[in-house]
Amino acid sequence: MKSLKSTTRETVAAYGFLLPNFLGFMIFTSLPVLASFLLSFTKWDLLSGPPSFVALRNYIQLLGEPKFWFYCWNTIYLMLAIPVSMAGSLVLALALNQKLKGLVFFRTVYFLPTISSGVAIYILWTFIYNPDFGMLNAMISKFGFLLGLELHGPNWLHDKDWSKPALIIMNIWQTVGGYNMILYLAALQGVPRDLYDAAEVDGANGWQKFWAVTWPQISPTTFFIAIMSIIGGFQAGFDPAYIMTGGGPEESTTTIIYYLYNEAFKWHHMGYAAAIAWVLFLIIYLFTLMQWRFYGKTVHYY
Amino acid sequence: MVIHTNIQSREQAEAQAKVLAVKQLKRQQRQRQILKKIGVYLVLGIGAVSMIAPFLWMLTTSLKEPGSVYSFQRRWWEEWLPLSFYWKNYVNAFYVVPFGLFYLNSIFVVLCTTACQVATSALAAYAFARLHFPGRDKIFFAYIATMMIPGAVTMIPVFILLRYLGWIDTYRAMILPAAFSAYGTFMLRQFFLTLPKDLEDAAKIDGCSYLGIFWRIILPLSKPALATLTTFTFMGTWMSFMWPLIVMNTHKKFTLPIGLAYFKSLHGTDWTLLMAGSMMMVFPILLVFIFCQRFFVEGIKLTGIKG
Repeated sequence: MKSLKSTTRETVAAYGFLLPNFLGFMIFTSLPVLASFLLSFTKWDLLSGPPSFVALRNYIQLLGEPKFWFYCWNTIYLMLAIPVSMAGSLVLALALNQKLKGLVFFRTVYFLPTISSGVAIYILWTFIYNPDFGMLNAMISKFGFLLGLELHGPNWLHDKDWSKPALIIMNIWQTVGGYNMILYLAALQGVPRDLYDAAEVDGANGWQKFWAVTWPQISPTTFFIAIMSIIGGFQAGFDPAYIMTGGGPEESTTTIIYYLYNEAFKWHHMGYAAAIAWVLFLIIYLFTLMQWRFYGKTVHYY
Repeated sequence: MVIHTNIQSREQAEAQAKVLAVKQLKRQQRQRQILKKIGVYLVLGIGAVSMIAPFLWMLTTSLKEPGSVYSFQRRWWEEWLPLSFYWKNYVNAFYVVPFGLFYLNSIFVVLCTTACQVATSALAAYAFARLHFPGRDKIFFAYIATMMIPGAVTMIPVFILLRYLGWIDTYRAMILPAAFSAYGTFMLRQFFLTLPKDLEDAAKIDGCSYLGIFWRIILPLSKPALATLTTFTFMGTWMSFMWPLIVMNTHKKFTLPIGLAYFKSLHGTDWTLLMAGSMMMVFPILLVFIFCQRFFVEGIKLTGIKG
């Protein structure tokens, strides 16, 4: 009898603890997910009358839209930053892992671009890429001057062939010393020392030690970073493009999420935008599944 | 005797040669180590310079007189080092747009969001980690499942909801949707699970209520995890751009990120002014980071490993 009473007491207490978060979760996450799913089968401009049911027409229109595929291509193209940035993160982490003086200093400096990312940084890079006053083209010209050549940097953000590389370079700068480098550093510190000792006994040089010991040992981290970056990459590209290029020139920097923003909040095509969101979700879901299949064996959520 | 000394001197010579060889080997090793050290520092140094250079350029430009942004006549260090101090750019930035208001708005929104998110996450995480109630695992699974749904999916219905409630262009519209986080709940629950249970059991026997246990035992033991979540939420909200852009219209209610974007749309080519504005946004966050670095690094490791 008493234990029954204490169980009830625990249940009541538990619901009390849960309530504030659960309410917010229902109102701002789980019900909107449902609503967004239903909305994706309707046509609604938010102003005139209630949404009208159009079945799968939003999805059919979206997948048959060449522009959508072009924006997908842009999004994937911009993800070229991921492998380069990851390689850079690994090199920096390897260098930091040498137990030299000044580790905290370097780690702090490398983290600065990540920590201050945002509008200020995009404005700064708009200036850096400016063809007349920007530091990048000035440096290219000076470098050419030293070589006795007349070099002119491209008109980065206003040239549809250079706008994406420009965003990629900036993205590498932002991410190379950030989260991924710290994850790599933690992984490197977790590699058992005796594996290196054994390799040394076998006469392996530094390069061989890296490929035979380090690389396989940190491969779970590499996999984790790659999947998370790809998942992030599909949702990325709004902030920098909005500030720096406005999605142009010739829509060369419009990504999936930018397209969604335009459809939803510029043109008020709410149903169509919801369909974009769900296609985006499907893509991300595939990559999450890959990650769960890989980690399912080692990570326990319960 | 002669032979003896001969042998002795030969032994001595051999020993000497050995010592020399070892010394040389050691010297070679040391040289290689020094070379390696130089190489590593070179990599680190190049990395550091390329990270800092744009910031330096930002600072220098923000202190230049308008109209003297770049010229080929100057020497390179005059281009890079802040040699002129035209502080008026910072003052002028405040005249062009209400920067002071942007600051206050940002601080208000960030504090409210962070406090709400950390509090509700901690409460719910305690229920998930320690209490038994019907439907616990199902609800928790729903939380985890929504973590992989992109924000883009919920953005549209939440906007419609806020519009229906008439909350568009209010601080509530920026704060409330970000005040509850499945991710924060998940992270804190994982941390609470690692805490030893003995203390709680002892407190329970002494007749301590659940709220008492939560307040006096769980929270004090979880300071590092709470600090990590606070830091992450703080930084994330400070930089949040897309959502405020969607729900806010009145300039006076803008937070710094959208305020700065608005500033750029007004004065897109006044680079000295723009750099001064950007400096003002970056500077506080750098300060916070330098003080909270530890929580950041620990937090990344924690979440990175837990997946």
